[in-house]
Amino acid sequence: MEKISTLTGVAVPLKRSNVDTDQIIPAVFLKRVTKTGFDDALFYAWRQDPDFVLNQEPFRAGKILIAGPDFGTGSSREHAVWALRDYGFTAVLSPRFGDIFRGNSGKQGLLTGTISEEDVERLWAAIDANPGIEATVDLVERNASIGGLTVGFDIDDYTRWRLLEGLDDIGLTLRNEAQITEFEARRSSWRPKTLPVKI
Amino acid sequence: MTTASDAVRTDETTTGDRRPRTLAEKVWDDHLVVKGENGTPDLIYIDLHLVHEVTSPQAFDGLRVAGRPVRRPDLTIATEDHNTPTIGIDKPIADLTSRTQIETLRKNAQEFGIRLHSLGDLEQGIVHVVGPQLGLTMPGITVVCGDSHTSTHGAFGAMALGIGTSEVEHVLATQTLPLKPFKTMAITVEGELRPGVTAKDIILSVIAKIGTGGGQGYVLEYRGSAIRALSMEGRMTICNMSIEAGARAGMVAPDETTFAYLKGRPHAPAGDDWDEAVAYWKTLVTDDDAVFDAEVFIDANELEPFVTWGTNPGQGVSLSDVVPTPEDFADPNDRASAQRALEYMDLQAGTPLKDVHVDAVFMGSCTNSRIEDLRAFASVIKGHTKADGVRVMVVPGSARVRIEAEAEGLDKVFEEFGAEWRFAGCSMCLGMNPDQLAPGERCASTSNRNFEGRQGKGGRTHLVSPVVAAATAIRGTLSSPWDLEKTDARDDVKAGA
Repeated sequence: MEKISTLTGVAVPLKRSNVDTDQIIPAVFLKRVTKTGFDDALFYAWRQDPDFVLNQEPFRAGKILIAGPDFGTGSSREHAVWALRDYGFTAVLSPRFGDIFRGNSGKQGLLTGTISEEDVERLWAAIDANPGIEATVDLVERNASIGGLTVGFDIDDYTRWRLLEGLDDIGLTLRNEAQITEFEARRSSWRPKTLPVKI
Repeated sequence: MTTASDAVRTDETTTGDRRPRTLAEKVWDDHLVVKGENGTPDLIYIDLHLVHEVTSPQAFDGLRVAGRPVRRPDLTIATEDHNTPTIGIDKPIADLTSRTQIETLRKNAQEFGIRLHSLGDLEQGIVHVVGPQLGLTMPGITVVCGDSHTSTHGAFGAMALGIGTSEVEHVLATQTLPLKPFKTMAITVEGELRPGVTAKDIILSVIAKIGTGGGQGYVLEYRGSAIRALSMEGRMTICNMSIEAGARAGMVAPDETTFAYLKGRPHAPAGDDWDEAVAYWKTLVTDDDAVFDAEVFIDANELEPFVTWGTNPGQGVSLSDVVPTPEDFADPNDRASAQRALEYMDLQAGTPLKDVHVDAVFMGSCTNSRIEDLRAFASVIKGHTKADGVRVMVVPGSARVRIEAEAEGLDKVFEEFGAEWRFAGCSMCLGMNPDQLAPGERCASTSNRNFEGRQGKGGRTHLVSPVVAAATAIRGTLSSPWDLEKTDARDDVKAGA
């Protein structure tokens, strides 16, 4: 995973709440067995509408998504993160995220920051006043700026550290392999085993 | 009496301060491999990893690239469910991308030594139906799956978490997950459900009350007399939809109902192991003086059959109510969301929900496809024929459920009613297989999500219980058993499905 510190790019206002992962990427695109190439699938149904924000010229090259509350709820599909990433988004700011989506984002290097609903409105207003304006998201300082407006965002310390350092979770966990093995030796015999097969 | 290992864990976590703990905290503490410090997450051991074809191919690919094996194939099991057709299962899957995904799972299972129940196999079915029916899901374990409805397994007093593909790879490689601490919320449901009101109505009303984000960061524990009175199937329906309230997981403390369900199942503990397990399981209750971070109360006596009118599962009301007016919502986001939902659903504010006609009824999904759900549906439709022009699909959750239903003659009831009786799978819950709504079609569905396009592009979904689905299939408009003529069938309607 690449290290992240500051992200800059066109800010996109997604003025909707409860954007579930079925909207971010419909199930039909989940049949692929690859981890890339999902850019066309992002917001597939909504992009059929010429008025949808990503179909507006200044926003086509969007990098920083600023969405209403409860972004990424619903299905666990990590494809939602892959689709945002493949399209070119590097960060999403919203007052609330679906827990699984947010976890998936952190594993894939997509920065998710929570900001207040008031700050979402202020950022949207700044974009409306100057469509196509770039936003800068500073992970070190935990703030996002558009023009002269700067708002703080929250991200947990551990995810921030991993993103700043570009660290792989599995590698980190395997540093504790001795403790895992020791834990396994203590597990009770009644706990479930899938093998050998019993039917 | 606890086992040696459990005693060690328990001593570590309670001796000294004797801190009262919730059920969720007890299960968490008993799986702690490494305690996180300075903001790092805890490393939690995973007892059972369920795998299916959709969220696993990229995870296996990651293992292959890194040259890592699956650490514990004996704690891992796979089944095919999301992509699989529910008719013509003896033929090759027509959709080539679906077929590739299924074949990829088969190759990966073979290569990494994982038990797989393929389409046509006796144990094939929806992953969240298969785990419990094999007796693999049990109290006090941690369960994960690359599927948000993994919360289903919490009905047994397990800590069951839906995870993404990166985490699937992580569990395959390490049998652990780094997890952040959670908050706990008690959802207490007291009283007695009226006939025709079921577990599905409880959870739909919970979600309507706390909202789709109300559970974010929480593990929910369902408690109270109405939960105790539910069967395991009913409890699974409730825990299943915890994710629809945004929760990390949902749990019910194990009790005699749980033990009776498990006893004798293929992978349930036996002999001395059984006694030891039950002794431990009986300790898995929230301590009397434990404190939840949040509490919600629901009066079961007041509940009516419930239905969603919008495009998220929190947009629901009693079936006797009318389509709400967006202007009545105080929160501007809720108002905008309601406005959009009514447009998508093609509904007018103020319309009685019972006047809403449907084109299809879907009886199935990991929420409601177990034998008790099928029995409840059958008990309502028995002796009726379906409404003209309404397509009715009944899809069992697993091959075993299908066999059990046929042994009871339920298939005949469905067929005489005019319903299609299918093979097991996720079917019309999610638009990944051939079972989909056409654009504009309206469906009363026992599934879990009414998102835009969920059941097929342009499809409109009303979430309901199995008995409401049945009454709707009879009348052709959204209906509950309360709306049917007094018949013998109606008297049979049981609460709890």
